[in-house]
Amino acid sequence: MPRITIRRWLQIVLVVGVTVALLGAGDDARFNRLGHKLMCPCGCAEQLLECNHVGCAYSDGMRKELAAAVQTGASDDAILQQFAEKYGTTVLAAPTKHGFDIVAWIMPGVVLVSGAWLAVILIRKWKYRVAPAVQTSATAAQLDAFRARARQETEL
Amino acid sequence: MAELGSFSLLLALALAAYALVAGIIALTKKSEGSDRLGETARRAGIAVFGAVALAAVVLVTATFQNDFSISYILHHSNRDLPIPYKFAVLWSGQEGSLLFWALLLSAYGLILRLRHKVDTRLVAYASVVISAVQVFFLLLVNFAANPFAMTIGTLPPDGFGLNPLLQYPEMVIHPPMLYLGYVGFTVPFAFALAALIMKYPGEKWIHITRRWTMVTWGFLTIGIFLGQHWAYSVLGWGGYWGWDPVENASLMPWLTGTAFLHSVMMQEKRGMLKVWNVWLIFSTFMLSIFGTFLTRSGVVSSVHAFAESSIGPWFVTFLALIFATCLYWFLRNRDHLRSEHRLESLVSRESSFLFNNLILLVACFTVLWGTLFPVLSEWVQGTKVTVGPPFFNRVNIPVALLLLVLTAVGPLLAWRKTSIESLKRNFRIPVISGLAVGALIIAVGYIKPWTEQSALYSFITIVLAVMVAVTIASEFLRGARVIARHTGQNLFASIVHLTRRNTRRYGGYIVHFGVIVIMIGFAGSAFNRDIERELSNGQSMSIGPYTLTMRSNTQDDNPNYASEWAIIDVSKDGKPLTTMYPERRFYKAMQQPQSMVALHSTLKEDLYLVYSGINQDTGNPIIKAHVNPLVLWIWIGVHIMVIGTVIALIPNMAAQRVPVRAPLRATELIADKPGQPVGVGS
Repeated sequence: MPRITIRRWLQIVLVVGVTVALLGAGDDARFNRLGHKLMCPCGCAEQLLECNHVGCAYSDGMRKELAAAVQTGASDDAILQQFAEKYGTTVLAAPTKHGFDIVAWIMPGVVLVSGAWLAVILIRKWKYRVAPAVQTSATAAQLDAFRARARQETEL
Repeated sequence: MAELGSFSLLLALALAAYALVAGIIALTKKSEGSDRLGETARRAGIAVFGAVALAAVVLVTATFQNDFSISYILHHSNRDLPIPYKFAVLWSGQEGSLLFWALLLSAYGLILRLRHKVDTRLVAYASVVISAVQVFFLLLVNFAANPFAMTIGTLPPDGFGLNPLLQYPEMVIHPPMLYLGYVGFTVPFAFALAALIMKYPGEKWIHITRRWTMVTWGFLTIGIFLGQHWAYSVLGWGGYWGWDPVENASLMPWLTGTAFLHSVMMQEKRGMLKVWNVWLIFSTFMLSIFGTFLTRSGVVSSVHAFAESSIGPWFVTFLALIFATCLYWFLRNRDHLRSEHRLESLVSRESSFLFNNLILLVACFTVLWGTLFPVLSEWVQGTKVTVGPPFFNRVNIPVALLLLVLTAVGPLLAWRKTSIESLKRNFRIPVISGLAVGALIIAVGYIKPWTEQSALYSFITIVLAVMVAVTIASEFLRGARVIARHTGQNLFASIVHLTRRNTRRYGGYIVHFGVIVIMIGFAGSAFNRDIERELSNGQSMSIGPYTLTMRSNTQDDNPNYASEWAIIDVSKDGKPLTTMYPERRFYKAMQQPQSMVALHSTLKEDLYLVYSGINQDTGNPIIKAHVNPLVLWIWIGVHIMVIGTVIALIPNMAAQRVPVRAPLRATELIADKPGQPVGVGS
């Protein structure tokens, strides 16, 4: 039997993870998920399902609308779009993935990847820089200094 | 009273301005009187504290005397406000909180100037920087937001009261802690800028700065989590972090401060990342000012809107000045910040710190980006968008998981370079432990990671948390065994000994342990449940294992507020558990309702009851019940973090020379042989 390499294990874990993350869910879970993708427009700055204002003019009605929309079998995007058209774009709890809004989602990843790339480049550049040759004729005092430095650097 | 307060603030401004100008002259002119002039600047800086403290005392006294001729007191207090909240009036509004900023800054300045002998010249430079910041805040409280401004027109018989959101015990300590954190970052900033300006030789300034940063960071940590606990207990939506812009503002300097506390080790031990560290401290301070700006300017909408005003331009100007000053001195003296060593390997402690910093800064950028994106979107496309929890959770959770991975990996890597064999050896137990716990969780069905993304994240968090915990435990055990072998102490005593020998390192591990306990608490939020029902007397509802039965609904009235509360008997799995009292208050002065959550906390989960209101048709209360797993872990984790921070601040125990227990020959017994020192991990 061929040996499974670490790289292969990582690939398997990745595929399983992505599949799991993309798995669908039932109506209740969809209602819950979509209800947390919408904001209550009453000014409470809470997500739709979190608004706990007594007599809120919006949240009860919107929850019923959402439940009805989920029952119709419309897609998540279509439901969110329907709410955005009715209540304005600020009802969506996060930027969409269209137009300029997509920049909001892309930038953190761009910064992470560029930062990591820069860090790796820097480390590699420093790593391959030629180090000065070690002096072999160090005096006792110099050796003590080296030992002190080693202790400091290794926390011993 | 108002005149005395105003005079104190003017005097404080004059003294701070003198300390700034005289301090600069004393440091730049090489004349005979420079030292004496510098000393007068230092004393003027000390006196600033007296003047600002007097102003604060005057404002608090006037609050207790219900002196509504002072506009600030009229708008933030009332006669029936309970005594502890009368103190909280000082920081409940814009003018008072700016005065509080100035007070804390002058207190930090006082300590710094009294301890000037630690390095007279460095402190003199740092004192000038602090004076400049003091001048800014004293200009604000004197001319833009004076807390002693008089009420115009006829005096009402009573004040408008304190915002009900602030009438909660934690609100008496949450803002001071947060402010101690924000304001405290001025001191490391002052030292960093001072060291850059004077091209300070050596690394002593970084030792001083690190301790100040740790103290400040500790206060900010406490402040942030007190705020979370307040939000959880008062806002009544069942959560503790809503990614509100003002919450975000407190998180950003915390993230950069955390990055600095890690990367500073590279400068101390290897003379590296000097430019990086200096800019981390500069950024942390600027983010603190930016946080205050966000709270005060109203540039983004927030639940903390009680503090909004029009002083934004002052802060923007100040931020621009700080940035210009930092950039100027950096460009002028950047040669002084050249690294002494280079990174030698991708697999080393240094690179783990580098990536740790990268991830913390990406998290900080993400928070900043999400907070400001609505403003940017409105500017670019003319339409405002909301950037709420779905964005921050989606982007920041993977970043936090990466950070957890590094927390597990970092301590196992050696400085300079780590061999692959060593990596395999060190990682085996943490990885096996993490995977074993993961398998166990799936086997008992506690988490089903394949059901939804949040469950998957929670599962990964717990597995990684176990890996970090095992890593930390192995670090303690490895060192303690060596101590035990040398001293004959038991393992527990050896762990204490080990920690006292290197408080910073092992205190840091304890902080890391606190972080993973908190992360486990956060992981529980994926399994929150809630239910809302109208309950008449004797009626029940169920959530999870709990059955809630309404015993009665009652009312009360006192001068400050009227309240309604429900008396609910709780049983778990059919057995009586406790009685809970969710309450809703109506504050008379502010004419605002406020919920008081009833909580039953256990390590497994919180039962969280909110009195949502009354159905006007039936007169029955509406109760919302939440079951929030693992929340208590968050508050326990914070305590662990605070303990770790305090330990890390304690000076190391001096190296003890203890005799080695080894068989000796008679000839050796005769010789006067000293004992050998026991080192950490030696």
